[in-house]
Amino acid sequence: MTQTFTLDGKAIPFADGQTIIQAALAAGVFIPHLCYHPEFKPHGSCKLCTVKVNGRQTASCTMRAAAGMQVESNTEEINAERRALTQMLFVEGNHFCPSCEKSGDCQLQATAYHLGMMSPHFDHFFPNRPVDASHPELLLDFNRCILCSLCVRASRDVDGKNVFALSGRGIKTHLIVNAKSGRLADTDIALGDKAVQVCPVGVILRKRTGFAVPIGERTYDKAPIAETVAQEGT
Amino acid sequence: MALTDLHAEAVAGIVDRVAQRYRRDPTCIVQILREIQEACDWISPAAIDRLQAVLGVPRTKIEGVAGFYSFFYTRPRGRYRILFSDNITDRMAGNLPLMERLCGNLWVEPGKVSEDGLVSVDKTSCTGMCDQGPALLVNNLAVTRLDAGRIDEIADLVRNAVPLGEWPAAYFAVADNVRRADILLGHTLQPGDALRAARDRAPSEGIAASNMRSWREGLPHGLGGPAATLDEIKRANLRGRGGAGFTTGLKWEACRNAPLKPGQQRFVVCNADEGEPGTFKDRVLLTAHADLVFEGMTVAAYTIGARRGFLYLRGEYRYLLDHLECILKRRREQKLLGPDILGIPGADFDIEIHLGAGAYVCGEESALIESLEGKRGTPRNRPPFPVTNGYLDQPTVVNNVETFAAAALIAVKGGDWYAAIGTRHSAGTKILSVSGDCERPGLYEYPFGVAVRQVLADCGAGRTQAVQVSGPSGVCIGADEFDRRIGFEDLPTAGAFMVFDDSRDMFEVARNFVHFFQHESCGFCTPCRVGTSLLKNLMDKLHNGHGSPYDFAEIEKLNQLLQSMSHCGLGHTACNPVLDTIAKFRPAYERRMEHNDFTPAFDLDRALAAARQMTGRDDAGAHIPAEFGEDA
Ligand SMILES: Cc1cc2nc3c(=O)[nH]c(=O)nc-3n(C[C@H](O)[C@H](O)[C@H](O)COP(=O)(O)O)c2cc1C
Ligand code: SF4
Ligand code: SF4
Ligand code: FES
Ligand code: FES
Repeated sequence: MTQTFTLDGKAIPFADGQTIIQAALAAGVFIPHLCYHPEFKPHGSCKLCTVKVNGRQTASCTMRAAAGMQVESNTEEINAERRALTQMLFVEGNHFCPSCEKSGDCQLQATAYHLGMMSPHFDHFFPNRPVDASHPELLLDFNRCILCSLCVRASRDVDGKNVFALSGRGIKTHLIVNAKSGRLADTDIALGDKAVQVCPVGVILRKRTGFAVPIGERTYDKAPIAETVAQEGT
Repeated sequence: MALTDLHAEAVAGIVDRVAQRYRRDPTCIVQILREIQEACDWISPAAIDRLQAVLGVPRTKIEGVAGFYSFFYTRPRGRYRILFSDNITDRMAGNLPLMERLCGNLWVEPGKVSEDGLVSVDKTSCTGMCDQGPALLVNNLAVTRLDAGRIDEIADLVRNAVPLGEWPAAYFAVADNVRRADILLGHTLQPGDALRAARDRAPSEGIAASNMRSWREGLPHGLGGPAATLDEIKRANLRGRGGAGFTTGLKWEACRNAPLKPGQQRFVVCNADEGEPGTFKDRVLLTAHADLVFEGMTVAAYTIGARRGFLYLRGEYRYLLDHLECILKRRREQKLLGPDILGIPGADFDIEIHLGAGAYVCGEESALIESLEGKRGTPRNRPPFPVTNGYLDQPTVVNNVETFAAAALIAVKGGDWYAAIGTRHSAGTKILSVSGDCERPGLYEYPFGVAVRQVLADCGAGRTQAVQVSGPSGVCIGADEFDRRIGFEDLPTAGAFMVFDDSRDMFEVARNFVHFFQHESCGFCTPCRVGTSLLKNLMDKLHNGHGSPYDFAEIEKLNQLLQSMSHCGLGHTACNPVLDTIAKFRPAYERRMEHNDFTPAFDLDRALAAARQMTGRDDAGAHIPAEFGEDA
């Protein structure tokens, strides 16, 4: 007999060891997320995937599913808080979507649309984050980094390299690369690395390939993120 | 040889020596970095180069760790690194004018390094000297009772590059200030008493909950003491003194019963991070009663079957390290630590001391464990909890210093004796760290259930307006609440008790706490990382006279978000001080509301400040008149 839990009134089957988000996506139910990626160990940091389990908030990407759990996700209350989180991420960095190569393919942007974010609401921090254009093939635009650590996990766990890591603390947390010079050109990153492909936003970009797909025809231009991801999940 | 080569060679020598002493063990990176910095004044790229080679870990790992802790410097910060404690109690005692005075004397800007590279002066979170502030740290050693005279002398010593070892010893004296002692601070136990009592205790009738399942591979069969001692801890109804108040007996039992995979063992960790501003009782317990604390840890080890223990000591208490190591050494000689404790075959246990490096969040038990493992102090995702998956993924008990001290007493005197003290749901005594506006700041130990009013009378507080109980993450109570009682039923506390008389501006108190949380957020989760900064900006906006009632709603909304979405207790409680003071001291906020409906956060004139500083101008033409700058 398969075990199930209840997500917004719907029975969701799950296998032992699955997290709530894994089971939900497999069942075709979208839960917003930014730092979760099906191929990596969950991080639990962005908190976009927060749901209420038996009345208590918890990150659904780190919480294991259990039989009989009552989970709320798509409620006005939770979505309003998720929206505030996306607003926080927008004001924390410098996101000028119209000039961003990732626009339309960006999970942060698509998630903000999904949640109906109409304005940044908070005052912008306008941090000073210089870009790293040292590498001949790759550009790092730290202005858009949301500290999800996907590149860190991909480099460490898949590429076996440790090209990226987080340093600093609090609001000064930032991405660093594995070189004494601090420049990407002096690391052993390669174009084929998984780390080059996982960034959900527009930080790690290939040079000279910009705007190959015109805006308007990109991933989330065609279908909203909820549909895109839920279809991939099933 | 070029000078830089010489330097690199000297640094490499130091790095090799330090790493060697820590068995080149990457779990000791925090300790290794601390010692490298103590020897080299900072952690240079050359040092990191060498360390990554010696330890065989990527440099990103070392830089990630070094970048997390406030006390690690990856840029030169001078030979004298001076940090003024900036708790609200230091503020009230005038730390800022003293800091300005020192900066003036030394020709250095706050936060910067002097041009000759000799000294830097900056602020740091509460250093746990609130009963004898204002205080500072120089190269992580505490100097207390600052006044203008002492500041001028310090400036001379620094200017003349006098080594710290030759500074007057009186500067570094830290008083215990025990004002009221009860069963803990007044105990008369001798080293070994609690362990002997635990050994000799026979399982009694009554509590049978202690699972007798094999818990310690290697101890003689049929040993009754451990289970019997656990029963006493449960009977005592002892609850954790670190803030959350979890029942100690249940924690120990869960760890004892946690299954071990092959090669695993159990650990006992004493949480001496004591980072909550206004708390300094663990400092005194470790100064005057370290034997009792170590004994409590050993009782825990005996009870749950652990062979290794750690004392995680906050970096601010670096000055206690030698003293504590001495006591550990003596206890080994007394056979109270090490192999076959008290001659019981297989009863092995030893304690290592790890120092923190300026990170309040490392008091959170899972962040503490990360730090013990040589990582950034990021709280873990829970479950699983440390009792099953703690240090290096093995079963671990983490308790506060005071909890272990109480456990040692219970081992001797029994659970019933202890449970009879205090109140129904709060057994035993609680040590309060009293500071702020009172005549006799210091430690006051009371049976649980004491009224706030009693404490205020005992410490000589007059015209008291408010008390911050349990520090910024606790509650702020006003005069109409002084009959409330200390205890888990009413006012739970980790120990801080900061007193504010009616001359104090409670808005500034809250703002100081908000700055604290912003500075100490680990940065892992979005709500706390960004939310604490947003809250700080809001409070600064109010401080600058640009607030409006709209901001109350914003604060309320941030609070909701931080409470429901944050990753750990830091984020959950970060808004408390503001909510409490808005509810109880609203006039302190309203006084600042120049605008009754809406006001822009942006101040044109203020925005020109950087340009004024760069051009050295401050004349009328370099300002935008208020009628344009505001309200426009
Ligand atoms: C941000 C934060 C800081 C904490 N700091 C401390 C601390 O300095 N000392 C302490 O004993 N517990 C601290 N705690 C509580 C610990 O996580 C843990 O509950 C405690 O050490 C358990 O010991 P106890 O049961 O003996 O109280 C902190 C918790 C949080 C969330
Ligand atoms: S990363 Fe995404 S959100 Fe940020 S600027 Fe680019 S498209 Fe916009
Ligand atoms: S660079 Fe991209 S993948 Fe890496 S932490 Fe930043 S946002 Fe995440
Ligand atoms: S997706 Fe779960 S916390 Fe980021
Ligand atoms: S940033 Fe550490 S708890 Fe959120």
